[in-house]
Amino acid sequence: MPPVAQEPLIEISDVGFAYDRRPILTGINMVIPKGKVVAIMGVSGSGKTTLLRLISGVVKPTRGEVRVGGALVNELTPDSLYRMRRRMGMLFQFGALFTDLSVFDNVAFQMREHTDLSERMIRDLVMMKLHAVGLRGAHNLMPSELSGGMARRVALARAIALDPMLMMYDEPFTGLDPISLGVIGNLIRRLNDALGATSIVVTHDVQEALDIVDYVYYLSDGRMVAHGTPDDMRNSTDPLVRQFVYGEPDGPVPFQYPARDFAQDLKLVH
Amino acid sequence: MFSRSATLSVRSIGHHAVDIVWRLGYASRFFALTVASSGPTFRRLRLLIRELYFTGVLSLIIILVSGLFVGMVLGLQGYHTLQTYGSESALGVLVALSLVRELGPVVAALLFASRAGSAMTAEIGLMKATEQLAAMEMMAVDPIARVVAPRFWAGVISMPLLAALFSAMGIFGGYLVGVVLIGVDEGSFWSQMQAAVDFRNDIMNGVIKSFVFGVAVTWISLFEGYDAPPTAEGVSGATTRTVVTSSLAILGLDFLLTSFMFRGL
Repeated sequence: MPPVAQEPLIEISDVGFAYDRRPILTGINMVIPKGKVVAIMGVSGSGKTTLLRLISGVVKPTRGEVRVGGALVNELTPDSLYRMRRRMGMLFQFGALFTDLSVFDNVAFQMREHTDLSERMIRDLVMMKLHAVGLRGAHNLMPSELSGGMARRVALARAIALDPMLMMYDEPFTGLDPISLGVIGNLIRRLNDALGATSIVVTHDVQEALDIVDYVYYLSDGRMVAHGTPDDMRNSTDPLVRQFVYGEPDGPVPFQYPARDFAQDLKLVH
Repeated sequence: MFSRSATLSVRSIGHHAVDIVWRLGYASRFFALTVASSGPTFRRLRLLIRELYFTGVLSLIIILVSGLFVGMVLGLQGYHTLQTYGSESALGVLVALSLVRELGPVVAALLFASRAGSAMTAEIGLMKATEQLAAMEMMAVDPIARVVAPRFWAGVISMPLLAALFSAMGIFGGYLVGVVLIGVDEGSFWSQMQAAVDFRNDIMNGVIKSFVFGVAVTWISLFEGYDAPPTAEGVSGATTRTVVTSSLAILGLDFLLTSFMFRGL
């Protein structure tokens, strides 16, 4: 499935981003079509999360263009940026639930902030969102009373509160037990299709991601080094992709952090 | 060699100076943004009332108990000093003026900085560290308008009220020790106080002081939290800086304000 065949929701052309003159991303080109679930993969520190921050307009690229729904994100005014974000949902790595609000109030947060819906209507909507993630019965709990997997599901219900056109997931599988992992993976796919949304999953959990996504972009050292369908990735002969997909400890990504000669470090040679 | 180390130390002084100026500029911009984003705080009073409860009502115990003890000590010490000159009847004036002009605003603000200020810094710092502020930003809700501004106004409104309660409690403490315990004449205690304490010069100046301290402490606390590095160490450092900087700011501002307010008296 070449992703360019469908109408694109996100187009990233020749994007570069540097932090304090340290390049994080270089020459990134990506197209994310409407309605698909796309994974951005790569080892830690490869610039995946920065890419999400560029798409949501939290940071601006140092070069190139980021377009969401045709609008050039790097040139949006703060007001239009906020308008655009109302149509986006983001699931943070550890949920980022508001710890002073109950599960119910967390999910209701955006509805109360951005709409004039009555409390009765909000209650029904919140219950529907919580039901979708299987936690309707937990609406009275506080975030501190939830397990990691439950917190992630509540955060997911909160992220879909206003039926976003684009869902972004930042490392949604990190630190979850196998059951929660399957539940979250399943929800990402199911909610995307039910909402008619488009989803971007930033992750380094290969197997879970390959099972649910339509297309994969693979980042290494701030560059896009490979992309393709999950099957392309599994069958790739690229040593970098193979090392990542099959979790080989050594390969193009070295096990050792660059250091001087080991013998020299142990003072065995002078 | 000497010239190199001299260059390096000049450079590091320069770096520090630039850092301080940069941070001051950043803090001022943060202050201006907070004030400019205050609309929702007053449109949605529920937000403000919630913060008034956390910063004001929950500080009441420490303020009232401290006020009582400070007043009692003032009563004791004042009595012993005044007795030497045979003017015990002026005890009420001494207690009231010390509290209303100085101790009320200053000590209440110091306590407020340690109780409510440090809590605000830690809360906002942790919200930042756990990506709650980023999540808010992603939900198109401005964290300055939603989180910072209500806390700011709650601090600014609470501070003068807490200082007034501190002073009132202190005067009661002075009365307990001076009149009830030691036996100073009750009539002269109250009547001299009433005659000597001026509404505009003493009480209003005290209120102005506590208002200024309220702005300073709340601003410092919120800024430190918002600017805290998102780590455990960063938040703990920011909390400490809040208490230290606020205390110094209170004492420095108190000197400045006092020198303007009471120079002609």
